[in-house]
Amino acid sequence: MKRSGWLGIYAVAYLVFLYAPVVLLPLFAFNDATIIAFPLSGFTTEWFAQLATIEALHDSVINSLYIAVSTAILATCFGVFAARASSRYDFPAKRGIMGFIMIPLVLPEIIIAVALLVVLLQLGIALSAWTVILGHVLLCTPFSIAILNSAFLAMDRSLEEAAYDLGETRWSAFRLITLPLVMPGIVSSLLISFTISLDEFIIAFFLTGNEPTLPVYLWSQLRFPQKIPVVMALGTILLAASLILLTTAEYFRRRGVARTGAKDTGGFL
Amino acid sequence: MSAPLIELETVEKDYGEVLALAGVSAEIAAGEFFSLLGPSGCGKTTLLRTIAGFEDPTGGRVRIDGRDMEGVPANSRPTNMVFQSYAIFPHLSVGQNVGFGLRRKGLTKTEMARQVGEALEMVGLGGYEARASHALSGGQRQRVALARALIMKPKVLLLDEPLSALDKKLREQMQVELRKLQRQVGITFILVTHDQEEALIMSDRIAVMFDGQIAQLDSPQALYRRPVSRRVAEFIGVMNFIEAEVTAETGDRLTVDVAGLGAVDLSAEQCPGGGGGRGAAVGIRPETMTLLIDGETRSGRITEGSVEEVVYYGDMTYYDIRLDGVPAPVTISMRNLPGRAVLERGARARVAWDASAMVLFR
Ligand SMILES: Nc1ncnc2c1ncn2[C@@H]1O[C@H](COP(=O)(O)OP(=O)(O)OP(=O)(O)O)[C@@H](O)[C@H]1O
Ligand SMILES: [Mg+2]
Repeated sequence: MKRSGWLGIYAVAYLVFLYAPVVLLPLFAFNDATIIAFPLSGFTTEWFAQLATIEALHDSVINSLYIAVSTAILATCFGVFAARASSRYDFPAKRGIMGFIMIPLVLPEIIIAVALLVVLLQLGIALSAWTVILGHVLLCTPFSIAILNSAFLAMDRSLEEAAYDLGETRWSAFRLITLPLVMPGIVSSLLISFTISLDEFIIAFFLTGNEPTLPVYLWSQLRFPQKIPVVMALGTILLAASLILLTTAEYFRRRGVARTGAKDTGGFL
Repeated sequence: MSAPLIELETVEKDYGEVLALAGVSAEIAAGEFFSLLGPSGCGKTTLLRTIAGFEDPTGGRVRIDGRDMEGVPANSRPTNMVFQSYAIFPHLSVGQNVGFGLRRKGLTKTEMARQVGEALEMVGLGGYEARASHALSGGQRQRVALARALIMKPKVLLLDEPLSALDKKLREQMQVELRKLQRQVGITFILVTHDQEEALIMSDRIAVMFDGQIAQLDSPQALYRRPVSRRVAEFIGVMNFIEAEVTAETGDRLTVDVAGLGAVDLSAEQCPGGGGGRGAAVGIRPETMTLLIDGETRSGRITEGSVEEVVYYGDMTYYDIRLDGVPAPVTISMRNLPGRAVLERGARARVAWDASAMVLFR
């Protein structure tokens, strides 16, 4: 009994430490003062109103969304190809090749960023949204493969063979049987890649041209203390958006699990 | 017999290091229930998948209905497969599963529904169309897999250990049902199994495979009564082997001196494996010998011995008996008829046997 009491305190402290800063975000976003400190002085929506007027911010949000969506789609496509190949076929040096693809997972981002920058400059390629996408795809593909690999491995390989045996082509068997069954994995991969790309800073900082992404823009604004409440307001909107996104994703994942009667392996939430 | 439906001509499959099929030749007739029986790893699945078109043979030829199957992919062969895992599509309903193969046949909706209903009726699942397929029991999944394959009206239905995932009771029931279904639809069935009893119960003919080769291809009765080698005999049921020596050979009669039992006279038919060696063994099945209790008498030969082990099965009793002069104990099975006593360990026993039940391996 005693031990579980201490564990309870530990758990509560852990959660407070983890989430208290997140709770402070909306608190100060609605606070009527430019200084981030207690006591709160009054309620205002002024910071949100200000958000609507900053053009550079809008550009950076659009830029980030464009990069994140492109990254999510590309990384997930590569993930599907690689995961299917590694789960279905044996080819020479398979382990070596797969290991090589997974390296960005453990490589410090700064190394990837600097290396890419040097190579791009050497090749004379101008920095733009697409150079950031290139870096982000490199970073997200290993996550995508890891998620999709387990989705493909969990699938009985005779399912696709059965469809082929019943007269479908290889492609239509894949589309009709495999794709729907690994769809929860694909959705997870899209979401994770999207999230990673959206808040990635180092690669974006190095590879972005004169169109900063949202994190790069925010970082540049933190130098001006009077703008901090606006940043807080922005943070609040991002928080709400990501909560809605994750809840929707989890809802669809559970529905998928219920529909196919597969064992719920927890997904990523 | 009319032209065979399936002709296998020295089919070989080489997986680099493993030679999974080492020259398999066989002919399978239309409407036959044919089984591939053998221990794990002998190449049964590989042969089945080669017929289905999932594996390309590295040598030899597969012909179905007179047509060479080289280069014909699985989706355009007149074969369909019931997978060991059943491979029921979990995101589709029972009806959608069964009707899956009809998608490309350009049928109207009503015609498709009619055929699906018929196929489900045939496997005893009438009215199950709208059920979710992941909520089915093992036996029901097996039936759905059968209906899904049979609705295609294939010339050949290939079944890879379709009953091995079911429990004993259900398996025995499905064996009988599957056999009935096969007679009803008249389609050639090729069944892979490692269960000799299952093969004996269901098949018209059985190919016993070892190490990628067919060791014997025969009817269940011939296989059981006249196995061509000790290995086949051991794989199918139980057989006692007793050392023996061929002492004389005249025409189609052989005189064989069996250790402990003395000289016996066998016909050439009783040596289905052929061969000309003098050193040999005779095989005799447990149920062809009779344990005489009390003063019972029998015509034919009688040998005495002592009971070493008794195993009581309810309907049967199995005895291990050390016959005087025979080096190893022999197993004898007796039905427990009313009034027949069960002997105890250590008791003296008299065993009646007949040379016509023996098989010679030389
Ligand atoms: N894809 C493959 N690559 C390499 N070797 C294989 C492959 N498939 C089968 N083999 C080998 O070929 C041999 C025959 O395999 P097969 O699956 O046909 O056996 P089986 O008789 O069906 O056995 P079981 O009763 O265990 O299913 C085995 O030694 C197996 O290891
Ligand atoms: Mg097998």
